[in-house]
Amino acid sequence: MDVGAIFQAAFALVVGLDPGFLGIVFLSLRVTLTAVLIAALIGLPLGAALALARFPGRAAIIVCLNALMGLPPVVAGLAVFLLLSRSGPLGPLGLLFTPTAMIIAQVILVLPIVIALTRQVIEDLWGEYRDHLRSVGLEGLRAIPTLLFDGRFALATALLAGFGRASAEVGAVLIVGGNIAGYTRTMTTAITLETSKGDLPLALGLGLVLLSLTLAINAIAFGASRIGARYAG
Amino acid sequence: MIALPRRSVLAAGLFLGLTGVALAQAPAAPSGERFITVASTTSTQDSGLFNHILPLFKAKTGIEVRVISQGTGQALDTARRGDADVVFVHARAQELKFVEEGFSTERRPVMYNDFVLIGPKADPAGVAGTKDIVAALKTIQEKAAPFVSRGDKSGTHAAELNLWKVAGIDIAAQKGPWYREIGQGMGAALNTSGAMGAYVLSDRATWISFKNRGDLVISVEGDKRLFNQYGVMSVNPAKHPHVKVNDGKLFADWLTSPEGQKAIADYKIDGQQLFFPNAGQAGA
Amino acid sequence: MLSATSILPLTVEAAAFSGDGKLLVEPNSFTIPAGGLTVLLGPNGAGKSLTLRLCHGLLTPSRGAVRWAAGAEGRAKRHAMVFQKPIMLRRSVEANITHALAAAGANSAERKARAAQALQRFGLAERASQPARLLSGGEQQRLAIARAWALRPELLFLDEPTSQLDPAATRQIEELLSGLVAEGITVMMSTHDLGQARRLADRVLFLHRGRLVEDAPAKDFFAGPHSAEARAFLAGELLW
Repeated sequence: MDVGAIFQAAFALVVGLDPGFLGIVFLSLRVTLTAVLIAALIGLPLGAALALARFPGRAAIIVCLNALMGLPPVVAGLAVFLLLSRSGPLGPLGLLFTPTAMIIAQVILVLPIVIALTRQVIEDLWGEYRDHLRSVGLEGLRAIPTLLFDGRFALATALLAGFGRASAEVGAVLIVGGNIAGYTRTMTTAITLETSKGDLPLALGLGLVLLSLTLAINAIAFGASRIGARYAG
Repeated sequence: MIALPRRSVLAAGLFLGLTGVALAQAPAAPSGERFITVASTTSTQDSGLFNHILPLFKAKTGIEVRVISQGTGQALDTARRGDADVVFVHARAQELKFVEEGFSTERRPVMYNDFVLIGPKADPAGVAGTKDIVAALKTIQEKAAPFVSRGDKSGTHAAELNLWKVAGIDIAAQKGPWYREIGQGMGAALNTSGAMGAYVLSDRATWISFKNRGDLVISVEGDKRLFNQYGVMSVNPAKHPHVKVNDGKLFADWLTSPEGQKAIADYKIDGQQLFFPNAGQAGA
Repeated sequence: MLSATSILPLTVEAAAFSGDGKLLVEPNSFTIPAGGLTVLLGPNGAGKSLTLRLCHGLLTPSRGAVRWAAGAEGRAKRHAMVFQKPIMLRRSVEANITHALAAAGANSAERKARAAQALQRFGLAERASQPARLLSGGEQQRLAIARAWALRPELLFLDEPTSQLDPAATRQIEELLSGLVAEGITVMMSTHDLGQARRLADRVLFLHRGRLVEDAPAKDFFAGPHSAEARAFLAGELLW
């Protein structure tokens, strides 16, 4: 297999605009972005609260979150699988082997990253802002909106880290999504499938497309945050 | 009261709004659509059979078939948990057990193909060309030639274990470093064999459609004991009341009908037929 | 600026503060009536900053009390504070002010109007939409004062407001502070800069090692300090 075949496969995928391929790309983005969005809505306020609150067991929670950042996707996938299986506690919802199940699994993967990095960012920012915010009467939870807004560029990086983890993983989405053609097949599960079919150029071509997409999203986010950071100083 | 900076509210609102729009426009399967979930094997998926026959079934009935492809053992477990409406696999003994346990009321034969022993062109065990799979396996074990086993409770794995037994070899006790269990699907096993210069048992359909053959060739084929029968079962609603019993039955009926059987026979790669319909055959 | 029910005088009653088991501020007592500029003077580590924080409420005294005039309890805070190193939010100059006003509960129209007024008053109107953190050090401190001013405090605390500025910017800030006093705002600031104290102070509180050593009108303090520590400090013999 030569390198040319890989690029040719990637090129054919992109230029051909095959609806099946576009569906896979769209589903991948939809699942991952939704998971990151949900993780952000939960994780940003929670991470900020964890940065500001002092309570017994806080250190233990922080250590656990840092450890969970390395949770193997397969384990997260398996846990969600057992939860959503018809024989599991949430079976009646009928969510196994759906995009929703994949989103749930990825939220579990992304959430610890978002919370842990948010805590770090907000704690640093609070150290800098504390005197002023307390002076104008913003203490405790009331300081969170200000800190989240002013930490937005650093927090964007935290969300990107979460996006990277979610978009690259295959273990969780494969287990809970089932890699159903046209329904739960994502870029990464398609790569797994093509590898097992022995079509390595196509698998690597898909990988190249995934890499380009990730690169594009990172570049956009980086550029936006640089421009924004220049604006906000 | 602390008012959020207005711009941040706007930005958050915009972001949520855009995401909402993106999600609303998602084309993937609206929930109102009629579909069934089929747990099947890697061979039917990796060989491309489903890509050929499912559109025909959908055109006729309007039912979308969502295929989860796993090893036969895993596919049966998926159905046992109630996560599939139909199972379509190839391990007769395990299928009959599934029916016996009451998870299905009926197993129906659909089609067959055969297993082939794949090995490196160099043929380190010197078994190429023989028709006797049992003798070939004995030689491989004696010479400790590298052999890749699926090791994943799939139909192919079950067939392989059975062949060792027929050869009079207690593989669990007699396996050495030459016997490598990888715990993965057919394609992965072929990829691994190619890389290690090992022998491997494969179903013919996956082999024909496999694209990364490298130095691998068919070493042994044509033995009657390499016969590989596929069967279909719809999950018993008495065990799992939520299963789509009617649509599941429709699919099983169609697979075994003349129309479905013809669709299976029509699937060819490079002029080679991959599966041979035999729904009517007694005892299959 | 002074309303009928003023929060002043501020009364500090034997307020002490300790940290890590050490007594950092001794139980000092003093009163800040309305009007004028009081300078907290003393060498580094004398407890000036801690005393300002105790008064502003950022720290709670370990003993003693900080009291405002009767009736000030439960009403909107009428005192503000400016810090040694200006704390600039990562927002525009204008948003830095509207944010503080929002925290104080002002509605949107009021925030806009009062921010515009403050920017005008402190010569920052042209900078309104610029990022605050890209201002020069002197401009940042000016914005910090404008932000505090916009809150309409009766009493303004400043902690070494010019210690990080060059002479020209220092001069500018000193003029601003004189203007605030003329406007009727009571100012209490710390400094270790004798010249600045001479230029600005109406009254001097001299602190040494956490203890309030002298409390006198500026004229009297500089003419003839009573304590040996203050004499040494005025003579330029830095005390620790």
